[in-house]
Amino acid sequence: MSRLIPYPFVSFLLLVMWLMLTRFSLGHVVLGGALALVAGRAVAALQPARPRLRRWRLMPKLFWMIFTDIIRSNIAVAWLILTNGRHGQRKSGFVLIPLKLRDPNALALLACILTATPGTAWLEYDSDEGMLTLHVFDLLDDEQWRHIVQNRYEALLMEIFE
Amino acid sequence: MSHLETIPVWLAVLIAFFVVLGSTLVLLGALGFARLASFYDRIHAPTLGTSWGTAGIIIASMLMASYLEGRAVIHELVIGIFVMLTVPVTLILLGRAALHRDRTENSPLLPEHVLTAHRKKVQAEAEAAAEAEARAEAEPEQKLPVEDAAEDAAEGRNETGAPS
Amino acid sequence: MSALIITVALGYAQIALATAGILVGTRLLKGPRAQDRVLGLDTLYITAMLLFLVTGMRLGSMFFFEAAMVMGVIGFVATVALAKFLFRGEVIE
Repeated sequence: MSRLIPYPFVSFLLLVMWLMLTRFSLGHVVLGGALALVAGRAVAALQPARPRLRRWRLMPKLFWMIFTDIIRSNIAVAWLILTNGRHGQRKSGFVLIPLKLRDPNALALLACILTATPGTAWLEYDSDEGMLTLHVFDLLDDEQWRHIVQNRYEALLMEIFE
Repeated sequence: MSHLETIPVWLAVLIAFFVVLGSTLVLLGALGFARLASFYDRIHAPTLGTSWGTAGIIIASMLMASYLEGRAVIHELVIGIFVMLTVPVTLILLGRAALHRDRTENSPLLPEHVLTAHRKKVQAEAEAAAEAEARAEAEPEQKLPVEDAAEDAAEGRNETGAPS
Repeated sequence: MSALIITVALGYAQIALATAGILVGTRLLKGPRAQDRVLGLDTLYITAMLLFLVTGMRLGSMFFFEAAMVMGVIGFVATVALAKFLFRGEVIE
């Protein structure tokens, strides 16, 4: 099983994508399935770090949090652009945040979440010291952002991945 | 525009809402991108268009295609997922590249604490490299005789091995 | 009635996206630095992709969807290569 389908989740996603791009029919299931298996073998050749998900049940909570946060920060950033940054009062800045998270998959997910959310941009992560350089569009308080990243996202990701 | 007339009014209003929402967010993002003063501010503006800007237009396109074709058309989701996954990657790469370039120039855009944290690290690395170099310089005196002996031994083996 | 609502909304979207493309294009030309131009190119790709999607909705054609997808893929690869170039000054190491 694991030799024939090394990455079942990747293969499954590829099959779903194939079916989304074409019409659902038996022929496309067979063709897409064959392609997904071959692509799964190709992924195995790259030997990526296999993610170990400890707690699947927290994933919906994470996605709901991302969903609401993206809507909220969309409104906030759109308002800041419209009002010209509270009429020149807005200050952006860099925040250095020490992270305890070490799992590479979890870090990649955290980077994608923080960058996809308007208002925060992941600039650099130093893997030796675990120090993240984050740029915040509307920086009122450094400590508040450290608190948000460490307690809101990092704690949940650590619970899921580690 | 005859194919549009079959859509019920409530669905038309919903589609129009998502299209207008999405395109307005893209426009606001572009406005911010053109008007903001520094690069690190500008990097935030396009995410408006790539998060809910793209999502709005894709939802509207899915609703309309699904109604007109009479089946669930969800292939727009592929574009949505693709944009959601790739835009952070490009933005992180660009952010790192900009930070790297500004650091090597000691740009005034970067505050002192970002520069000093990096300078300390570079200094520590340089010290470690110098230490390693010093150790490598001290070592050859002990190392060379060993290598010579090994070479002698190898030559000796060849000499003794060749005739037999 | 519904055709009117959708046509007006799509017309507005086309104008908004085209304006967005022009705004991004001015930044692309103005710079001032290389990273601004690369970010501008990436944003321009995505704006054009969305414009294609909206145009496809208006004309009821599937071909615009395919074009939009190809545009998204090419935009991603181009931006990653350019960002890599900014980092080191070489694309292929």
